[in-house]
Amino acid sequence: MNQLPLLSVKNLKTYFDLDEGTVKAVDGVSFDVLPGQVVGIVGESGCGKSVTIKSVLRIVEKPGRIVEGEILFRHQPDDASEEQLIDLAKLKANGKTMRSIRGGEIALIPQEPMAAFSPVYTVGNQIMEAIMLHLPVSKQEARQRTIELLREVGVPMPERRVDAYSWELSGGLRQRAMIAMAISCNPRLLIADEPTTAIDVTTQAQILNLLRDLQQQHNTSIIFITHDLGVIAQIADYVVVMYLGRVMETGPVDDIFHNPQHPYTRALLKSIPSIRSQSRTLLPTIEGSIPHPFNRPPGCPFHPRCVDFMPGVCNVQTPVLQPVNERQAASCFLHHSIAEETLTAV
Amino acid sequence: MLQYIIKRLLLLPFLLFIFSIIAFILIQAPPGDFVTSYIAELASSGSAVDQAQIDALRAQYGLDQPMYIQYFKWMGRILTGDLGMSLDWKKPIRELISERLLLTVMLGLFTFIFTWIVAIPIGILSATRQYSFFDYFFTVFNYVGVATPTFMTALVLMWLAFKYFGVSVTGLFSPEYVDAPWSWGRVVDLLKHIWLPAVILGMDGTARLARVMRANLLDELKKPYMEMARAKGMSEWRLVLKYPVRLAINPLVSTIGWYLPMIFSGSVIVATVMNLPTIGPMLLRSLITQDMFLAGSIILIYMALAVIGTLISDILLAWLDPRIRMEES
Amino acid sequence: MSAGQDTHPLPPAPGEEQAEVAGALARLAKDAEAVYVAPNWKLVWWRFKRHRLALVSGVVLIFIAIIALFPEFFSTQDPNQSSTTGSFIPVQRLHLFDNGRFSPFVYGVEGGRNPKTLRMEWTIDETKKIPVRFFAEGYEYKLLGLIPANRHLIGLADPQFGGRIHLLGTDRLGRDQWSRLMYGTRVSLSIGLVAVFLSIFLGILLGGISGYFGGMVDLVIQRLIEILQSLPPIPIWMALTAALPRDWSVERVYFAITIILSLIGWTTLGREVRGRFLALREEDFVVAANLIGCSQARVIFRHMVPTFTSHIIAASTLAIPVMIINETFLSFLGLGLRPPAISWGVLLQEAQNLQSIVLAPWLLLPGLAVIITVLALNILGDGLRDAADPYS
Repeated sequence: MNQLPLLSVKNLKTYFDLDEGTVKAVDGVSFDVLPGQVVGIVGESGCGKSVTIKSVLRIVEKPGRIVEGEILFRHQPDDASEEQLIDLAKLKANGKTMRSIRGGEIALIPQEPMAAFSPVYTVGNQIMEAIMLHLPVSKQEARQRTIELLREVGVPMPERRVDAYSWELSGGLRQRAMIAMAISCNPRLLIADEPTTAIDVTTQAQILNLLRDLQQQHNTSIIFITHDLGVIAQIADYVVVMYLGRVMETGPVDDIFHNPQHPYTRALLKSIPSIRSQSRTLLPTIEGSIPHPFNRPPGCPFHPRCVDFMPGVCNVQTPVLQPVNERQAASCFLHHSIAEETLTAV
Repeated sequence: MLQYIIKRLLLLPFLLFIFSIIAFILIQAPPGDFVTSYIAELASSGSAVDQAQIDALRAQYGLDQPMYIQYFKWMGRILTGDLGMSLDWKKPIRELISERLLLTVMLGLFTFIFTWIVAIPIGILSATRQYSFFDYFFTVFNYVGVATPTFMTALVLMWLAFKYFGVSVTGLFSPEYVDAPWSWGRVVDLLKHIWLPAVILGMDGTARLARVMRANLLDELKKPYMEMARAKGMSEWRLVLKYPVRLAINPLVSTIGWYLPMIFSGSVIVATVMNLPTIGPMLLRSLITQDMFLAGSIILIYMALAVIGTLISDILLAWLDPRIRMEES
Repeated sequence: MSAGQDTHPLPPAPGEEQAEVAGALARLAKDAEAVYVAPNWKLVWWRFKRHRLALVSGVVLIFIAIIALFPEFFSTQDPNQSSTTGSFIPVQRLHLFDNGRFSPFVYGVEGGRNPKTLRMEWTIDETKKIPVRFFAEGYEYKLLGLIPANRHLIGLADPQFGGRIHLLGTDRLGRDQWSRLMYGTRVSLSIGLVAVFLSIFLGILLGGISGYFGGMVDLVIQRLIEILQSLPPIPIWMALTAALPRDWSVERVYFAITIILSLIGWTTLGREVRGRFLALREEDFVVAANLIGCSQARVIFRHMVPTFTSHIIAASTLAIPVMIINETFLSFLGLGLRPPAISWGVLLQEAQNLQSIVLAPWLLLPGLAVIITVLALNILGDGLRDAADPYS
């Protein structure tokens, strides 16, 4: 897989300046998304995965701001056929280029389809709007395309559903309509922000299959955010494990599940109930709880809960993400001794 | 939708029936009646009135009959479009108030339009630029607007206009048009005069509505559909105007229900201070002289205006919000 | 690898609003311990303290309340003492320093009747300084109607020296506006308070009955509220106050007006209380209280009412200014309190037409008192309302 990445996030830092202090929601995140790849970002709530993708889309709300890092994207301008590598972090958040990328080349599938559709306009109106923002089509054509899109994502009777309001649709249909809106302009990158959290389990599986199919047909890249390792196992090719705004481990999905390198990843995997485990045993949990964003522990953010905690090392220096074998990378002193402090000091 | 409106309309006569009873009780509440105060007036001017004359007067105005008969007679006349005679002005009430009523409604509408035109942009800008100088400025303005009684605003503006421009900004017409029949010139003259009382009357309401708009919009701006619309690549202004504003206007529309009655009700005071030829000052006078049929008619008109205001807001709301439309039908 | 989809190890994260959650958490974390054990009123107070403008408003209102309690002390002369030769005296500004030395004084006024217009016309005479002093002796009064006293906040330094002191000028009848304003404060403020108390009483009683019992009672009370709310208030108040007999004493008119104002005013509070009751009725702790055999009165007053007292207080604070403005309206139109009663509305009645204002603009000054008080009450009320939900 020696392809050039479609999206390359490098050392991204997004901070929120609040009255009480600065919350480092994303603190040095790096990962790549190759064309046609499904990257799963996994982590507990509050680990910064949502802020990461909001940063990529440049829709971080105030007082949040990107303080450092690059978001390199291979942009295909409307006029030129040449691809350009541009840094989204440097663009104006509401500028013309960023707006044409947002929704056009990078599309979002939100967490709660109920809330993400405005209740006072029909679903069709909102999908048509997305189409007409990015493609040079008439209203009629946009409507036709909307109906086709709805059919493609498996909405029955799309000619009628196009004029329905979101609150008239079931949860599954709503999410399908959302997906239709996301793929309406043939984006090259889909960002799915926990798209199955608000849906019941059976529908969840259907939606995942739909996304898988669409991805294969159009060769779209997907960033898939979830806290559910089961979903990751089903859909992702590559996994990014995040904890407190930092990347703990990255690697292909099989390696992450079968050969986890970081203690956090291991702890996460252990706490999944297994059908093969002995019944009537306690499900292992990760000791302790996520620290408060203002009281970020010094050194490795995970050290207070880590079973392999090395006093004098983990709580003093912050490990950086380093390759640990040819496929995986981890930020842990168990595998290397390169700390952020030593890097910046040089 | 149609069903909903019909349901509302059917409720109207019932409400007005209750209101007419309230209005009747109100005008009957003062001790004595018009004849009592009429006699007192005559007596103070030195002329004596004997009992026979008093009884004749009472009989002439039907004041000697039991309450409920007086009520039904009154209602019966009103239903046939006859509002009765003003005891004080000795003229048919309809003739007295028809033009004043028209001007009252016009003043109300102008005030309403002014309020909305001003309050909505202020609300939108304050919410989208929360905690900016603009936001703080209008927060202060809104507090002061609500805290200042309308007659104070009227008095201060009248005084300033007189002091610095030497003009007396009272009334709704220039002297040459006061008693003139309606003409194009008179309409233009009215437009030249009506804006100031409308602005004064609308000050309080503008402040309130801008606050409502700001709060609603701030709620809406946090909703996930905003993020989604942004993620679609919409420009910020288009997005704000299409999505949250559209939703934030709904609660604003529901304020019409109390705001229109508030304008009509509040116009009594501004009209009195600015000497406007609306029904407000006439109500005041009729209450003081106990001109009961005139007072009753005007109160009834105010009630009808209030009910119509509520009705308009209900219908508008149903039309604007598809969710309500669905529920009701 | 089996993946459990229904029981996953991580807490679900609906609506991951990190910044917001973080902010709220931070606030909690700072004194997490203290917050968890603090009684409700303390939480409200902590939140209220953060609203600085509301705090300032509170202080302003305390000053106004002190004036309302002791208007005699703050006045410079008997508010009803008129003087045919002293009408329309302009404002005599109080100067605290004379040539850099603390020695309060006001300039004298010079004037007389204009033979043409027959009006009293005055000019400030800057050559004549009338010394004044604080805590001066003046006319006799009874503090709170009990304690005889004759000290006033400001008065002539030397009564023998003569001269007048009218800090806010005089009106048509030569009455001192400053003193009248002080007395008016008591009436206007107390009318607002009494009318709101009546409204609270009616609102809690009827709203509570409506929300607690529901059914037919609720329906009737709800319709009543709707009808009352769709009435145009000012014409109704005008008609009601116009119906008060002319020969009633000042006190009777005063109470009649508070009743009239609260007759429509209770509906807002009534709705609020009903809504709370409806929501609370379903709460587990109320069901539990019923199940262990608490009497209905106990359930209502011991278990339900305390949960929304802070809301009621906030709503009431916001209702007071409405009452004050309405009283001012009515008295201004000549339908509310009548002289010799003194309220802000009665004072402003003197400024009812353009001619009087042009002649004596200072007659509008009592309006400032109305604005300041209403402003302070509104800000305080907003602050209280925001603070009323300590856990939000």
